[in-house]
Amino acid sequence: MTTAIAPAEDAALAPDGGVAIRTRRLRRTFTTRGGGTVEAVRGVDLEVRNGEIFGFLGPNGAGKTTTLRMLATLLTPTSGEAVVAGADLLTQGGLVRRRIGYVGQTGGSDIIETGRGELVFQGRLHGMSKSQAEVRAAELLETLEIQSCADRKTQTYSGGQRRRLDIAIGLMHRPRLVFLDEPTTGLDPQARAHLWTEVRKLRDSGTTVFLTTHYLEEADALCDRVAIIDHGSIVIEGSPDALKRQVAGDAITLSLQGEHENAFAQLQALPFVREASAENGLIRLYVDRGETAMPALMRALDAANLEMATLTVARPSLDDVFLAKTGRSLRDDNPN
Amino acid sequence: MNPLRDTALVFRRYILQTLRNPVWMFFGIVQPIMYLVLFAPLLVKVASSAPGFPKGGAYNVFIPGLLVQLGLFGASGVGFGLISELRMGVIERFRVTPISRISLLLGRALRDVVIVTAQSLLLVICAIPFGLTINAGGILLALVLIALIGLMTASLSYTIALAVKSEDAFAPIVFGATLPLLLLSGVLLPLQLAPGWLRTVAAFNPLKYAVDAARAAFNSHLTDIAVVQGFAVMLGLGIVAVVLAARAFGRAVA
Ligand SMILES: Nc1ncnc2c1ncn2[C@@H]1O[C@H](COP(=O)(O)OP(=O)(O)OP(=O)(O)O)[C@@H](O)[C@H]1O
Ligand SMILES: [Mg+2]
Repeated sequence: MTTAIAPAEDAALAPDGGVAIRTRRLRRTFTTRGGGTVEAVRGVDLEVRNGEIFGFLGPNGAGKTTTLRMLATLLTPTSGEAVVAGADLLTQGGLVRRRIGYVGQTGGSDIIETGRGELVFQGRLHGMSKSQAEVRAAELLETLEIQSCADRKTQTYSGGQRRRLDIAIGLMHRPRLVFLDEPTTGLDPQARAHLWTEVRKLRDSGTTVFLTTHYLEEADALCDRVAIIDHGSIVIEGSPDALKRQVAGDAITLSLQGEHENAFAQLQALPFVREASAENGLIRLYVDRGETAMPALMRALDAANLEMATLTVARPSLDDVFLAKTGRSLRDDNPN
Repeated sequence: MNPLRDTALVFRRYILQTLRNPVWMFFGIVQPIMYLVLFAPLLVKVASSAPGFPKGGAYNVFIPGLLVQLGLFGASGVGFGLISELRMGVIERFRVTPISRISLLLGRALRDVVIVTAQSLLLVICAIPFGLTINAGGILLALVLIALIGLMTASLSYTIALAVKSEDAFAPIVFGATLPLLLLSGVLLPLQLAPGWLRTVAAFNPLKYAVDAARAAFNSHLTDIAVVQGFAVMLGLGIVAVVLAARAFGRAVA
């Protein structure tokens, strides 16, 4: 019972030092009513290090929530294994639950309870005494700036207040690892920025944060490392900077005057173009350095008798990474 | 964790939720009293004129049946609350804590049992001025029986709620199941008045034994075979229902 409320460091119990989560070939298949099967997660290998903010990025239905729910002991994996917070997911579920916090995509507070009531109850579920839970609840209400509505039913909360309460609930027992499933979806930019600050503070106090998001900017700005999941498989994993460097340099997007049968092939073949894609008449070229590639590109276009209609040069984003890896844009699924 | 402490914790959450909702409490109590005031007087006439009516006076026959009905109706709808909690993610949140799995069921079912039993007691007290003759032992026995019915019904209600997860599917199942069970148990009128075929069908209804046991208890036949039968049937079904519900709670909320 004491371990439940102790701070996050009983290092003796973390055999694979430095690693908060390690999964091996984690799979989950659902059987649907009609008898068909959905392969929601197909063999995910992940490594999340202690004390980092790890972002799990992917379009709708990619398998983010399913993966999270498996790691939080809510769903039994169809196959595969994992170590979560130093405990074996399959054989030590109780230990995992004691050490992690989980904030689901839909939250977890009851609309007929007050925020403070939910926090105290959560503390009690984790074995705290009433007074311990009350002290901790007051602390979190202050940190997350929801004191003003603490004693109202959560039914009356704004979206941002409710999300912050959900997160506070997940942090009640000072878990060493916390899962946040889309913590900022539906928040206005100000509330989102506020939450980012809180998440960074969490990390700085030694908590590992595993979050999912649709927002590329969020993953880029907030996360130390990200994994992109698509159709149940990890497409790529690493720090946002490394991913962008590895997959694509700067992106040059251009369109041409008139129709040109083999313009794309010609541009793709240029020595300094690392990767290229074409979509809706727009040609996108990935080059190591935009500023040196531009003059060379101009010359090549001249030589081929092609004339540009539009041109933009952009530093790469995680969307470019996704696009380069899957041929689709993340943004198409989630205009935001 | 300690299942007793956890059960008490869960019980406290839900009993407070119920007590905070006076409208619900009000209707839970008013419904049986309406039967008492608006329906029971009819029975007094029937009791004196129908040849097959059991001895003991109209109220001593009617109130035990009403109590069983209260136990069944009162507890059958508890799954609605669970479904809304599933939707809000509350149950999922509880499941990612070290709380003992069985406490999630027992704590809430205990709340349901307490509410149903308290309502039953109130109904008994209200019926005294109408002409219910009481004996403490019989009433105590009957209340224990109602508590068992409440426990069984609530557990089944939770099991169904966890299986179907939507109000749309839950409502017809529950209403479709409770009504025939009630009609075939002799709750409103004793089955002694029924034609033979109806009595044969009713013999397969576990609730009938509960009603018979409650009537025997109310009429001071505490050692009657009906009492033993009623308790045995309800205890057996109660245990089965609790096991089913505990397993449903323990399984993933996928
Ligand atoms: N209980 C279930 N039964 C059947 N299929 C399911 C179930 N849960 C999830 N799925 C399917 O598994 C796939 C992955 O779903 P999941 O919720 O993990 O996606 P996600 O990445 O979290 O998406 P989103 O960004 O929309 O939250 C989807 O195709 C979904 O329909
Ligand atoms: Mg999701």
